[in-house]
Formats: sequence, structure tokens, C-alpha cells
Amino acid sequence: MVENRPLLTFLTHLILILGVLVVAFPVYVAFIASTHEPGEFVRGVMPLLPGDNFWATYSQMLGDGWQVAGAPPVWLMLGNSTIMALTIAIGKVAISILSAFAIVYFRFRFRLLAFWIIFITLMLPVEVRIIPTYAVVADLGMLNSYAGLTLPLIASATATFLFRQFFMTVPEELMEASRVDGAGPMKFFKDILLPVSITNIAALFVIMFIYGWVQYLWPLLVTTDEDFYTIVLGIKRLMASSDRVPAWNLVMATVTLAMVPPVLVVLLMQKLFVKGLTETEK
Amino acid sequence: MASITLEGLKKTYAGNVQAVKGIDLAIEDGEFVVLVGPSGCGKSTLLRMVAGLETISEGTLKIGERVVNGLEPADRDIAMVFQNYALYPHMTVYNNLAYGLKNRGFKKPEIEARVRNAAKMLEIEEFLIRKPRQLSGGQRQRVAMGRALVREPAAFLFDEPLSNLDAKLRVQMRVEIRKLQRRLKTTSLYVTHDQLEAMTLGDRLVVLNAGQIEQVGTPMEIYARPASMFVASFIGSPSMNMVPLAYLKTQGQSTLLDDLPPDTDTVGIRPDDLRLTPPEAIHLTVEATLELYEAAGAESHLYVQLIGSKQPTVIRVSGQPPVKEGETLRFYVTRQALHPFDSASGKRTD
Repeated sequence: MVENRPLLTFLTHLILILGVLVVAFPVYVAFIASTHEPGEFVRGVMPLLPGDNFWATYSQMLGDGWQVAGAPPVWLMLGNSTIMALTIAIGKVAISILSAFAIVYFRFRFRLLAFWIIFITLMLPVEVRIIPTYAVVADLGMLNSYAGLTLPLIASATATFLFRQFFMTVPEELMEASRVDGAGPMKFFKDILLPVSITNIAALFVIMFIYGWVQYLWPLLVTTDEDFYTIVLGIKRLMASSDRVPAWNLVMATVTLAMVPPVLVVLLMQKLFVKGLTETEK
Repeated sequence: MASITLEGLKKTYAGNVQAVKGIDLAIEDGEFVVLVGPSGCGKSTLLRMVAGLETISEGTLKIGERVVNGLEPADRDIAMVFQNYALYPHMTVYNNLAYGLKNRGFKKPEIEARVRNAAKMLEIEEFLIRKPRQLSGGQRQRVAMGRALVREPAAFLFDEPLSNLDAKLRVQMRVEIRKLQRRLKTTSLYVTHDQLEAMTLGDRLVVLNAGQIEQVGTPMEIYARPASMFVASFIGSPSMNMVPLAYLKTQGQSTLLDDLPPDTDTVGIRPDDLRLTPPEAIHLTVEATLELYEAAGAESHLYVQLIGSKQPTVIRVSGQPPVKEGETLRFYVTRQALHPFDSASGKRTD
């Protein structure tokens, strides 16, 4: 639909720009704060232009971290977060696409039951089952390990459901044609279904990467060893240092650094991501 | 290449719904057989059973001398053309054609040669590097045909392959499919609901109704001697008129009708057997009111109501009708043009 009403155009743009400002301004302030002296941020008048402490702050955080607050170097935490988010995203996509494949393309006993059981787990996110899940992970000796960090978060009803809905829109004839062409089920999955789902996979990957990146409660429970701290945990620790005014410049530098990987993921996969959410043509 | 033999083929779905109720049919090597019938008559199900995409509930299916009931589609040595083409959207045309060959372990040069050959035959060589979505409907149709062709299978199965094309392209592709089949002499089974497509394509037609065979024969046999009222009204356009015998007898010349078989109570007359001018041969005369007429170019269809009967009737004549709508006209029909039926059983009586 093409409309040409100047007032409407102005109004819609105004709303959009306001929205962008609301979202972007705090990010900007965080970055500015990270470039000033520690006390500058809480002096009452917040500076709005970059200071000259940029290199000092960032090299400290990336290098040694801030041991006083018990925060390891940022690069370590960034690495941990990246490993965790990647494992969760890839694991979720892999598991859910396979379960959806089974549910949609195979006729087995209790197929519907299996689907509903998966579906019901939607109502049981980690937060609800956190104590028993912790007990299981602890019993398996997976505390302070990447497996402990990621495995309990990988099973995903949402993703399974999304793939199921998508597979049901893929014409059945594609499967039949590949059967006639001599492809078995897994060959069909690999040669036809995966390439056809690539945009959906990308969209889901981005969403799940962010989901993994922002996890707080679970890493807090299963990690006690600093080597496994994630970046979100680190930020919390920096702020929670007792008896002292938090070193806001360091906190904000960490926050800014923590934003970089998810932003990169979104930017790199943006084209596929948008396609996956909007494209209808098969 | 092979014959296809269907013996007592049945398909029963859950809930005891019978879609195919026992089909016996022998398709000879190199023959082009068309399954035709209204939607829901089981023709597609039957084809899919032959393809191996539906399981066979009862009966035996042989391709060549081999019983293939339990075999996967890929092991039946058939190729299928789907209604919506079912091209792999992410592959180029070349890979679409090559996929089946790759899966069967053909060597690269052999695949290349076969794909090029098929593409040449179907005139899609220039599209080989494109993706299906960059092609028009007719071109996609050709690619779908090509995918069947490269395999050089024992039989082609077509599931209403032309129904997604526009009218002009459909006629064109129909002719091409026929030519191609003549040249390759590959046994073919073709499903359609379009009686004209069926008539023009098939060596033999199989008219299906409610999961059963109504009649098998060459197109002209079926047109000239439909075995039942169903076949009579399904094959031919406009469809055959069914006139109660009792009515015809009230129109005089009833002696002419005395030699019809005793069970006859309905007489079928093709729209083009009703003439405006009296023929030389022995004939009946009928009067009717012209209700509506359709000009279809070379011919026109007159929708008339027989006087003294509520029976709507269609007449095909060349050129314009002799009278205006609402006026009365006279028709003549020869004795040989009458198809006697028993309306209770629906069967032909002579």
C-alpha cells in the first residue's frame, strides 16, 4: 500500500525516531560513562560527551578485569558467554529441527502424544524447574562446566513448534518427489528440507543466541569457578561490590563490550533473519 | 519399459472408507493409458498406489513381471510428474534433473549427458542454471517432465500435470506430451479430470467412478458406445442428453423405438446428433423451445426445453440458431444415434 500524506509520514517518522531515541540513549550514556573517570558518572551532572579515559578503562577490563570486585578479565567472560550462547543456539536448532522432522514426516505410535509432551514443556521454562534441574546437573557432576551451563537450556519446545509449523507448509509433494528420486528420509532431510528451511534456521539461531547470551539465573547457580563466569554474571558482580561506590566506568565498559557479540550476530545474519521471519514463498 | 498389471487393487483408509474398490487393469508395454473421472473418484489414489506413495490395502501390482506391492517408489523404476511440479526450490534446474540420477549412483559424465539430452528434448537448455522460481509455469512444467525423462524409467506416471497451466499452454503441452510419449514409447499412466485431455492423449481411457472402473476402451470406442449413463455424461462436451423413452414415444413414430432392448427407459442423444435439417436415414422429429444459446465461435450450443417435457437439452449446431430465444424449433435425430440405457442400473442395454 502506498500512501502519500505528508502529515502521516511526519507523524510516523516522529514516533519511530522517538522510539529509537528511547532505546539508543541509555546505550549512548553507558558508552559515554565508560570513557570518563570513575566518579564522573555519579557527580550529579552526567557528561554527554566522550571523556579521555577510553583506553585506560577498556584495556583494564579486557586485560586484568577488576579483581577487587571478583570479576575476571572481560575477554574470558566474553569467551564463556560466546561458547554458552553458541552451544545453546546450535543445540536448540539441531534438536528441535530433528524432533519437528520426526513429528511431521513419520507416522509412529504416540506421535501426537510426543508432540503434546514437547508442547507442554513450553509451560516449564528453566526458572520453574530450576531446583530439580540444578539437582540433576549437580548429581551428574556438571557444575562448573560448559555442559552444565548449556545442556539444561537446550531442549526447546518453542523451536520445535516453529519448525513443525514451517514443515507443515512445505508441500508434501517435495517429499514424495524425493522418494521417487531415490532419497531416503535422512537424505531428504539433508538435501531438501535443510536447504529449504535455511532462513528459518537463521532466524531461530539469532533469537536463540540472544536467549543464551542474556541468561543470568542459571549461570549464577551452576558456576562458582571464575573461569566459567559469563559476561552477564560479571556485570552483576562488578556492581555488587560492597562498601564502595561501584566503579561505573568499568561497569559501563563491560556493558558496552557485552553488547558487541549479539549485535554482530544480528548484523551478520540480518538478511537471512528478516527473510526467515517474513518470507512466505517456498 | 514394462507393462503394468493391476489385479484387484483396493485402498481402504482408516474408518473403513474405501477409496479404490478393486481395480483390474492391464497396461501394455508402451501404452498411454489415461485414468479419467470426477474429483474424488479415486483416480489419484490409484496412481499413487502404482507409484508407491500410498500403500496397497489389497490386490497385486506388477510392473513388468515383478510384484512391487511392498517396494519403495524409488525401487519401482517409475518416474512421476506432480500436479504442482514439486521442483526442489533451492536447486538449479540442472540439479533438479540430476538429483535422482545422483541418488542412484550414476557417474558424473553420464548424468551430464542425460540431463543435456533431456533438456534439449524439452527445450529448456538455457534454463539449466536457473532456479525454479525464476521460471514461468510452462517452463516449470517442462522441468518436471525433464526430471522424469532423465531417469529413463519403465513407466511415467502423470498426476494432473497440466491443471496448473492456462488454457493455451495446456493445449500446447498436451500435444508435446503426446509426441514425446510416441517417440520414447514409454508406458504411461496419466490422471486427469479433463475429459478432453483424456480423449486426446490416451491410447486407452479408463473411466473411473466412485473407486470403480466404469469402462475401459479407446477414446473413440468410449465416445461411440458409452457403457453406462455415467460414462455417457462424463465423456463429450457438452455432455450427452438423457431423454426418457416414454416421452419420445409420445412424439409419434413410436414404431421406430420398438426394437430397443426391453429394459430401456432412457435414451441418450449426443448434442451433435440432434440436427436442424431432416437427415436421409430413418429419423425421429422432436419439437422444442429455444431458451438460451451460446455462441462458441465455430459452433453454438442451444439450450432448449423439449415441448411436453421438463427435460433440459443441449444441441450443438454450426453457425447461428435459426430462431430467436423463446421460439419453437424442430430437431431430427436418426435411429442409430440413440444410446439406450436402463436408468435403474445406469447401464447400457444394447
